[in-house]
Amino acid sequence: MYVSYKWLQEYVDLSGVSPEELAEKITKSGIEVEGVETLNEGISGVVVGYVQEREQHPNADKLNKCLVDIGAEEPVQIICGAANVDKGQKVAVATVGAVLPGNFKIKKAKLRGEESHGMICSLQELGFESKLVAKEFAEGIYNFPQDTEVGLDALEQLHRDDQVLELGLTPNRADCLSMLGVAYEVAAILGKEVKFPVSEVETSSEKAADYIQVTVDAKEDNPLYVAKVIKNVKIGPSPLWMQARLTAAGIRPHNNVVDITNYILLEYGQPLHAFDYDRLDSKEILVRRAKDGEEIITLDDAKRKLTTDHLVITNGENPIALAGVMGGANSEVQADTTNVLLESAYFIGGPVRKASRDHGLRSEASARYEKGVDPNRVRAAAERAAQLLAEYADGEVLEGSVEADSLSVEPAVVSVTLEKINRVLGTDLNMKDVEDIFSRLQFETATDNGTIIVTVPTRRGDITIEEDLIEEVGRLFGYNNLASTLPIGSATPGHLTPYQNKRRMVRHYLEGAGLYQAVTYSLTNESKAAQYALEKREPVRLAMPMSEDRSVLRLSIIPQLLEVLKYNTARQNDSLAVYETGAVFLANGSDELPEEREHLAGAVTGLWHSHLWQGEKKPVDFFVVKGILEGLFEKLGISSAVEFRQSEKEGMHPGRTAEIYLSGTSVGFIGQTHPTVEKEYDLKETYAFELSLKAILEADVPPLQYVAIPRFPSITRDIALVVDKEKAAGELESIIKEAGGALLKEVQVFDLYEGERMEPGKKSIAFSLKYFDPDRTLTDEEVVKAHDIVLNAVKEKAGAVLRG
Amino acid sequence: MQERLKELQTEALEKISQTSDLKELNDIRVSYLGKKGPITEVLKGMGKLSAEERPKMGALANEVRDAIAAGIEEKQKHLEEAAVHEKLAAEKIDVTLPGRPVKTGNHHPLTRIIEEIEDLFIGMGYTVAEGPEVEKDYYNFEALNLPKDHPARDMQDSFYITEETLLRTQTSPVQARTMEKHDGKGPVKIICPGKVFRRDNDDATHSHQFMQIEGLVVGENIRMTDLKGTLEVFAKKLFGEDREIRMRPSFFPFTEPSVEVDVSCFKCGGKGCNICKKTGWIEILGSGMVHPNVLEMSGFDSKKYSGFAFGMGVERIAMLKYGVEDIRHFYTNDVRFLNNFQVHE
Repeated sequence: MYVSYKWLQEYVDLSGVSPEELAEKITKSGIEVEGVETLNEGISGVVVGYVQEREQHPNADKLNKCLVDIGAEEPVQIICGAANVDKGQKVAVATVGAVLPGNFKIKKAKLRGEESHGMICSLQELGFESKLVAKEFAEGIYNFPQDTEVGLDALEQLHRDDQVLELGLTPNRADCLSMLGVAYEVAAILGKEVKFPVSEVETSSEKAADYIQVTVDAKEDNPLYVAKVIKNVKIGPSPLWMQARLTAAGIRPHNNVVDITNYILLEYGQPLHAFDYDRLDSKEILVRRAKDGEEIITLDDAKRKLTTDHLVITNGENPIALAGVMGGANSEVQADTTNVLLESAYFIGGPVRKASRDHGLRSEASARYEKGVDPNRVRAAAERAAQLLAEYADGEVLEGSVEADSLSVEPAVVSVTLEKINRVLGTDLNMKDVEDIFSRLQFETATDNGTIIVTVPTRRGDITIEEDLIEEVGRLFGYNNLASTLPIGSATPGHLTPYQNKRRMVRHYLEGAGLYQAVTYSLTNESKAAQYALEKREPVRLAMPMSEDRSVLRLSIIPQLLEVLKYNTARQNDSLAVYETGAVFLANGSDELPEEREHLAGAVTGLWHSHLWQGEKKPVDFFVVKGILEGLFEKLGISSAVEFRQSEKEGMHPGRTAEIYLSGTSVGFIGQTHPTVEKEYDLKETYAFELSLKAILEADVPPLQYVAIPRFPSITRDIALVVDKEKAAGELESIIKEAGGALLKEVQVFDLYEGERMEPGKKSIAFSLKYFDPDRTLTDEEVVKAHDIVLNAVKEKAGAVLRG
Repeated sequence: MQERLKELQTEALEKISQTSDLKELNDIRVSYLGKKGPITEVLKGMGKLSAEERPKMGALANEVRDAIAAGIEEKQKHLEEAAVHEKLAAEKIDVTLPGRPVKTGNHHPLTRIIEEIEDLFIGMGYTVAEGPEVEKDYYNFEALNLPKDHPARDMQDSFYITEETLLRTQTSPVQARTMEKHDGKGPVKIICPGKVFRRDNDDATHSHQFMQIEGLVVGENIRMTDLKGTLEVFAKKLFGEDREIRMRPSFFPFTEPSVEVDVSCFKCGGKGCNICKKTGWIEILGSGMVHPNVLEMSGFDSKKYSGFAFGMGVERIAMLKYGVEDIRHFYTNDVRFLNNFQVHE
């Protein structure tokens, strides 16, 4: 809502309060003033001029040579390019020395050989927004009314010596969508009175009821409909002050009748509509729900197809307006209109909102109905409009109104105790303080033993419960006057859950290992959503996505991380390691929430390590990334339960991928991305992993217990085994561990040889075995015995031959 | 004989002083002090001396022997030191060459802000509550006093999946879920971080996905002054000890009264600059006293219990605190951007 400071002064005494101070006070009390605009800012030296002569410029087809009286001793010659300039017009002249918006200074000039002493201005050149300039002046210079005195300040004549406060209204404060509403608010803040506009009008002897009959079928949607008839109006421009106020509020002037309805909408917050009475083709107004498939052409010349959700005004037969949203073209007030039917109605928000949404039509009227208008202003607004139509359109107001009224207006009565106010706010107010605040708001109060009973005016439909009253007290008392305290009461231990704690450790660990934490979007496209999913399940799809690329919820994080690597690689950072923890989404039944699982994923590309001057350069490989995960499992205490099994997975290198098992259940995978994928993302060799974070963080881990440092020496035996190339090291290790029994405490691979000295299809793999007993020194014999069992086991179970 | 011994001493010491080689020095030791050395040779002639002179000569011979031995030892020590010196000098490195890099990643800035806020509130007795990103309309709106036709639903156009489920537009449903679990018994003290989604086109200041963090306290006798005091602690921790806060009345469907909270500008200290748009204040969060309908819907008796809630956009806080100019940086994960957040403060 844009509020003209000058206009507001008509309702509240603002003396001694500048627009900026007012803005500050309004903001502090509850409505954010988002800006204060000075309408004539940066403009000077523009006067009203009279075009005495106009002739074609001798050397230019599109220029006019004008002789303009600017109230000085001699008229001045001005060259003007506007097509609509003509002799006899009163115009806005930027004289030599004038300044226009953008610090544009007017100087004496010579245009194609002819002198020009100033510039005849359009409204746009005087700082008006194009969309607010009346249509007749939109393409050229502005014309003042003929009775405007030459030589006066043009911007004052246009009432632009004003400032406009832009109110950012929250949905509950629909009452401030009117100047009167703002006046009540400002009066409460300043402790002043509200002055009301007077609407007294002489009526003709004819009765409105003889001209129109009003029936409302849809009473629930339209509890009150007031119609007035104004005859013999003369369509023309509205007075400049009115146009100026509309413009300041962001509404474009049209003609006096339309402008008056808009003026009342701004003043009372009550939308009005003027029909051309003679175009109704009936003497009847019937308000009803539209029929399915019924059509109306609205004022913006668009054909709208209606349904029974929409409320329409009809002439008894056909729609003539989409109720509360926009009038119909068939009954529009035009230049030749003489008789006007004025509608002031109370429409319920629901159907208006529905129609507005369905047709993508938001109007000043619909915005107000959707949020609720004051039922007690419907009649007053109509009377005030009639008065202005008589005054500024020479209309003849017929006696009385024709109404369809099923509205019962009872102001809300809400009670609150002083104790509750102080308890919620933490204040120490007394009864008088509170009563004083309500009286500033012009709320009627009665008190009863510490309880304040408030009769809430209908204009404040937002106040329905005691908390609403507490807010009114709080905001007018001033939140900045509140003390600062901390909650008291029983102590609560603050902590992270074990899961949250471990998740933080996982992040710190991975970052310490060299991975950056990434945060990516949960929404992706159909093809990426399920790529790399741990479990193939239907993805969750948005009902109405904004784009294909953000239409489906991810089932895996890896594709998003590959995007991150791609983005960075394209920017000369082709060696990078990233990880992310976040949810993936697996669809359930239609109205069921999907299953959300928290995953941990990582992706590493390019060089893992490089220290060039020492000649070190190591691209990432499978074992770099596996090592990182092994360290993580160590930290989580689950490494002995984890197993990496060779596997194949779509989108991954078939020979370099492992599925990760925790206590026999698959919890994720690790591997090189398939070269075709690397090519698609323009990446170097890239390794990725994705794990169920929940599975690894919630695994059963025995409580931490200290194990004594061994006091006796251990004995190490190395063995080199020749096995088939396909034989997995992990398998040999398991066999060794199992056979080694209690004395074998550590097994480590220390060499792998697959070179030419081996028989084809064979490889040699060497293990170092460490035996010890925590309670005593082992004898050679004991070790030999245990070691022989190991050698037999690998021979029998894996066909291994001891390498000589 | 006496002279011969003196002569030997002088000669040996001369040789010792001239040598600069440990091996040569050893040769000297062997040749002078060995069993076949000249001193031994000289002493063989002792038999010819008188009984009086013999002990004197013996003593002198020992003196000479000791002197030579001492000379050798000293020289040896000296030579060894020199050898070590030389070795170390040869081992000199250029310490200004760069070290072997240790790979370090770091927290995403949003996580950094979230953990900072979590830790602050954990210290004040809060726990961290989390909830699903796909929510039921009920928890996202209705339980928060936003019935289906509420005009405020326009304020946050949402990504619906079905009529009844959507990507949550705020983390507030976690509050509703937590309160429901508490079965009408206080106190509740939680902080809820998480991703939220709104129908916005991504640009420098809008993102269809962003992070929120909200706080909720429900108990007997929770007052608006408690909200103010809590937020003051928060603002000072996050933006500096000198910060002040300002509460402006506002509207949220789930709180009544509702306030928006500004923090005094941490760049200009309140004098007015381009960050605070010359106002001296920066809006950082929305808050208020929990609406009785919200309490009742989650099973709390609004006559007995009251509460406050607050919520903020994490990106906004990070942008203000670190001077980030484009919200999209948080989601493109450019390593040059991420690297800004290595430093541990």
